[in-house]
Amino acid sequence: MEMNQLTIHELQKKIREGETTSLEITEALFKRIEAVEGKVNSYITLTKESALKEAEIADKEIEKGNIGELTGIPIAIKDLMCTKGVRTTCGSRILETFIPPYDSTVVKKLRGDGAVFPGKTNMDEFAMGSSTETSYFGITRNPWDLERIPGGSSGGSAAAVAADECIASLGSDTGGSIRQPAALCGIVGMKPTYGRVSRFGLIAFASSLDQIGPFTKDVEDCAIMMNAISGYDPNDSTSVPAEVPDYREFLSRGIDGWTVGIPKEYFIEGIDPEVSAAVEGVIKEVEKLGGQCREISIPHTEYCVTVYYIIAPSEASSNLARYDGVRYGFRSGEGRDLLDMYKMSRSDGFGAEVKRRIMIGTYALSSGYYDAYYKKASQVRALMKGEFERAFEACDVILTPVTPTPAFKVGEKLDDPLQMYLSDIFTLSANLAGIPGISVPCGFTESGLPIGVQFLAGPFDEGKLLQIAYAYEKNSKIEKRRPVL
Amino acid sequence: MEYEPVIGLEIHAQLLTDSKIFCGCSTKFGAAPNSNTCPVCLGMPGVLPVMNKSVVEFTMKMALATNCRINPVNRFARKNYFYPDLPKGYQISQYAYPLAEAGYVDVEVNGDKKRIGITRIHMEEDAGKLVHDERSPSSYVDLNRACVPLIEIVSEPDMRTAEEAAAYLRRLHEILVYLEICDGNMEEGSFRCDANVSLRPIGQAEFGTRAELKNMNSFRNVQRALEYEISRQQYVLESGGAVLQETRLWDDSEGVTHSMRGKEEAHDYRYFPDPDLVPIVISEEWIGEIAKTIPELPLEKRERFVREYDIPPYDAGVLTATRALADYYEETVKCSGMPKGASNWVMGDVLGHLKEDKLDITSSPVKPKDLGAMITLIEDDTISGTIAKEVFGEMWKTGNPPGKIIEEKGLTQISDSGALESTIDDVLKANPDQVGQYKSGKEKLFGYLVGQTMKATQGKANPKLVNEILKKKLSAL
Ligand SMILES: [Zn+2]
Repeated sequence: MEMNQLTIHELQKKIREGETTSLEITEALFKRIEAVEGKVNSYITLTKESALKEAEIADKEIEKGNIGELTGIPIAIKDLMCTKGVRTTCGSRILETFIPPYDSTVVKKLRGDGAVFPGKTNMDEFAMGSSTETSYFGITRNPWDLERIPGGSSGGSAAAVAADECIASLGSDTGGSIRQPAALCGIVGMKPTYGRVSRFGLIAFASSLDQIGPFTKDVEDCAIMMNAISGYDPNDSTSVPAEVPDYREFLSRGIDGWTVGIPKEYFIEGIDPEVSAAVEGVIKEVEKLGGQCREISIPHTEYCVTVYYIIAPSEASSNLARYDGVRYGFRSGEGRDLLDMYKMSRSDGFGAEVKRRIMIGTYALSSGYYDAYYKKASQVRALMKGEFERAFEACDVILTPVTPTPAFKVGEKLDDPLQMYLSDIFTLSANLAGIPGISVPCGFTESGLPIGVQFLAGPFDEGKLLQIAYAYEKNSKIEKRRPVL
Repeated sequence: MEYEPVIGLEIHAQLLTDSKIFCGCSTKFGAAPNSNTCPVCLGMPGVLPVMNKSVVEFTMKMALATNCRINPVNRFARKNYFYPDLPKGYQISQYAYPLAEAGYVDVEVNGDKKRIGITRIHMEEDAGKLVHDERSPSSYVDLNRACVPLIEIVSEPDMRTAEEAAAYLRRLHEILVYLEICDGNMEEGSFRCDANVSLRPIGQAEFGTRAELKNMNSFRNVQRALEYEISRQQYVLESGGAVLQETRLWDDSEGVTHSMRGKEEAHDYRYFPDPDLVPIVISEEWIGEIAKTIPELPLEKRERFVREYDIPPYDAGVLTATRALADYYEETVKCSGMPKGASNWVMGDVLGHLKEDKLDITSSPVKPKDLGAMITLIEDDTISGTIAKEVFGEMWKTGNPPGKIIEEKGLTQISDSGALESTIDDVLKANPDQVGQYKSGKEKLFGYLVGQTMKATQGKANPKLVNEILKKKLSAL
């Protein structure tokens, strides 16, 4: 087994026992990247030189006995979290040359913990997409089947973990952008509660929905990453000053006596039968573990896609206004005057999907339409939030599929935005309600594509998600496989 | 047909907080371009605003001072538009949930009191500034001012004349300055005013079509622009035309307003609640704490000065023009016990010298304690009024207390009757003709003899004592 194939906790053990060093891990990692990156394209920017330096520094700290849980561990960062001195593109031409003068809070935290940064991962442009096909920097491919998409928008971060091109990674989830690619790439992905992790330095797509979270190879690593990135940040007013527990403590507690809600609205026609079967399997396993599964209802689920595709583009239309060619990033030199410069910079700098959403959002916020769209959507969102609150009065967690189908083919849905939007139907609600969700591998299709199951919990109950996910992971008979590249 | 103007004002006041509204950068005016900036106020990708609590408290002060209702929950909204001085492509402002609503201030125009309603007061961030290069077709952006806190104060359309509007504007200005939340500098743009004006036939309830006036950077210009615009609209209506809904710019040098943009070019700002900032919850307790910090406001102070110090309303107005001047005056009264004398000296010599030296009252070289002491010395006849002028001039130059100056220059009044008697004897001896004429009934010459005595003592003689002794001596002759 190569070092880069191991998990954080396995590597930590080896580092502590002197069996390996950060430099060794990092070198193995770059060997792997050099071998497979041409096929997968997980990264937009690789930072080998600085990563090797960081590894050497980590090794010195380790020698001195300063070993944290992430010291010397290579972690990839989705290319929408600002990294001081390393370009941060958001997958867009408009930020192709943008080099942030500051670190996002999460990167600062990981840096403080001694992590190593191999590079910035590919993503749908401005996180708008479910397949990592809209990036200006090329398509990322699913390591399990290069003909297929890895999911999105954090497809690069998910593929990098699945292809052993990093040990763990950070992504962001606005409507499923962590959980959906985690499921399609056969790894663990968590979207924390809105406000659990600082958004400072996360380039905004939809501010009231965005949340940073980890991709890991197993549930224990997810707990380690959550320990590292959670917590209140005075630079983010929407981060919540709630105490952060040690998430590892939840792992082995089991779920005996738990009530697990199965929302009927999530088991609809049109779900791929292999996905259905895998999720049914999880329900049985949960019951074996002492959980009681019972059907519940979240009646407003059917409006999720509609509400999401009003709120997210509305916020995005405003968030993306700053990319005007005036101060940084791409500027078209063709314009004759200011208005021309704006129009041409934005026309040439943004891709089609981003422009589509800016237009939808601009329309929805326009005077005369605001009440009918944005305001109404916000009201439905509040209702949905209430429905989840009531559900969690009766249930410890909720169990659903992550995606209606396994990974689809590259290009299959790119020209059909509505079909693409529907691939997120099971993940959107957690963002709208602000609650945490985790995606855990729960099997493979006959053709060898990974399938995931989603657990949802009440606000700040990430511990419960890790508890059930760990119990399931430990006891299920899902075979360990690696993609062949 | 007779028309009645309807005027409403929108005022933007820069708040005097040390740091900007959503980041820690300094708000100091006049720094090198873009030096007071950070990723947050530059609108870099990924940054988030964090509310400066002092901005809320400053705004609450203004709300309380203008009798507004403070909303228990208020929140920020984004006002979306493109302009190179607006780094985020939106301004963070308040829209549906402003901090304060439904207040008023009282103004006085030509002796008539009038109450002007305040619709709302809200907080927002300022934009940057464009600097145009005259020599080349380039413009530069200075973002020092971006994210500096502003409050917008919107009046009801309650004003009917340009004079009323000017009086309202002055009232708000002095309140802001009294609260020490705005420096009120119109030229530097820390106090700005836009006006909405329309005309309607007298007796008609609904408003006419309004024009919005911009670019008036002094009290005088606001009044002039309104007067011009009122007559312009009157002319349009009287010649059978229609007033257009538009934004017009005041041109100071030509003394006219020009159309800037019409209704169809008006922006759709697409306001929506800013998801990056949590709602601000204001408790009754917090309001109570802020209320305790509100000083006596100019109007109340004016009325108290008239009542307490028995000075004319005009004088009270001058002396309360700023809080510092009023404090200076009151301190002088306290140190002298002479409200009238104090007001004469402050309004006369003190303000005169300040103006001459272009100084502010807070940097006056003569401190109220010394001015008070000097007024006391006049009162107890240690020095005469004439000498006092000289003493004051010396105090202004040196900053020394009056006692020291009088002693050093030997300016003490001669109140020793023995010394004066011999001087007067000399004066009488030297002026036998005048004495003779006085004795034969030319009483006017008494003044001449007093003058001669004062001259002989270089003005130091106590005039009262001179009068007494001279009368006594003349009648004994
Ligand atoms: Zn700043």
